[in-house]
Amino acid sequence: MTGVRVLVGTRKGAFVLTSDAKREQWDVSGPHFAGWEIYHLKGSPAEPDRLYASQTSGWFGQLIQRSDDAGKTWAPVGNKFTYEGVPGMHQWYDGTPRPWEFKRVWHLEPSLTDPDTVYAGVEDAALFRTSDGGQTWCELAGLRGHGSGPSWQPGAGGMCLHTILLDPKNPQRIFVAISAAGAFRSEDAGQTWQPVNRGLKSEGIPDPNAEVGHCVHRLAMHRSRPDVLFMQKHWDVMRSDNGGESWQEISGNLPTDFGFAIDVHAHEPETIYVVPIKSDSEHFPPEGKLRVYRSRTGGNDWEALTKGLPQQDCYVNILRDAMAVDSLDACGVYFGTTGGQVYASADAGDHWSPIVRDLPAVLSVEVQTLA
Amino acid sequence: MIRVVLPAHLRTLARVGSQVELDVAGQVTQRSVLDALETCYPMLRGTIRDHTTQQRRAFLRFFACGQDLSHESPDAPLPEAVVRGTEPFLVIGAMAGG
Repeated sequence: MTGVRVLVGTRKGAFVLTSDAKREQWDVSGPHFAGWEIYHLKGSPAEPDRLYASQTSGWFGQLIQRSDDAGKTWAPVGNKFTYEGVPGMHQWYDGTPRPWEFKRVWHLEPSLTDPDTVYAGVEDAALFRTSDGGQTWCELAGLRGHGSGPSWQPGAGGMCLHTILLDPKNPQRIFVAISAAGAFRSEDAGQTWQPVNRGLKSEGIPDPNAEVGHCVHRLAMHRSRPDVLFMQKHWDVMRSDNGGESWQEISGNLPTDFGFAIDVHAHEPETIYVVPIKSDSEHFPPEGKLRVYRSRTGGNDWEALTKGLPQQDCYVNILRDAMAVDSLDACGVYFGTTGGQVYASADAGDHWSPIVRDLPAVLSVEVQTLA
Repeated sequence: MIRVVLPAHLRTLARVGSQVELDVAGQVTQRSVLDALETCYPMLRGTIRDHTTQQRRAFLRFFACGQDLSHESPDAPLPEAVVRGTEPFLVIGAMAGG
């Protein structure tokens, strides 16, 4: 059956939402891991019924859960994330040195080809990988070791590695993003890294054009054109046409260029989506109107998508990992809010309706298109 | 037989009931009890003690016989009533977050 499975991580558990290709009637399963924070869950592109979830708690620390049956049953796998060698120091908010300390897994990115291989982006920022289905995790220490690590500082949400993009055309190439260090690229499957932040300008740091130190909120890529990257920075929406070598701003006519989520249409690589948020001190939509903005021109020229979304008294946030697309025709677009709604559009953003309205605050949304 | 009572979320994780019974070889201490617990229920590794430092997680406390043993040495002998199994060793989650 062709259909869609939406994987939702929330402050108090995980939910699995499923529908046929019409995307009108939804089955809601959950909460799984009730009471725990589920920062992210994602399925293997190589084996879609294999799911991985990051389960965390201020009391009990980090767990990783794995399902081999599309979320019907789960089993804990390895949860030991140990930095390689001496962890070293980064900067604290006040500029004093602070030792690297593992706190949680923000993002899990399964390999495009091997269901047992998964990358994990963690706080304090580092990249880990398992190649045995989650039983053991090893740090790809070249990222922290390339030289700039001691100058990295946390963003307001912590010093997290929150985005991992695997190049579908070149298995050696990986992009990651860290708040608040910036974007990094590896050309050797994660062994060595270089910062790719040229063109970013951040007024809140001592050198606005610094090589590292930028609060990148999210990166997105269309699988057909992995050299083209889109970025929602703390402020500014950006694009790169050369694999991150340089960036230019594409905020254009957005009502505000602050935000967290950004994604690309499944079939139109120049069609991108953002959800503008008023500011870094007011984490809600401007004017109390929840509007997704779509650009069909790769940026700069944006249109507000409002049909079916609340246009008054709406003060939710949409977090960085809480937007995703399906690959049906027409492309479905999905996002979750800190108010517990998961909205879906089955027509590329023209019309929206809530799948669920009253979940705990949504931390992440991922979508699997089922053949 | 040593009796251990876990907080609700860890009971769910380990798929156990209101208490766990453990055989503990040698001297009965916090460390030996937790070692035995994690051997029987490996999914609990890292949830009570940090994987690397083996320190008690900050929002958990250890009680037995009406005493807070959280700041005792992990190698100090536990009370005789715990050793005999007449009193449980309690792993308590902080009442926080409300």
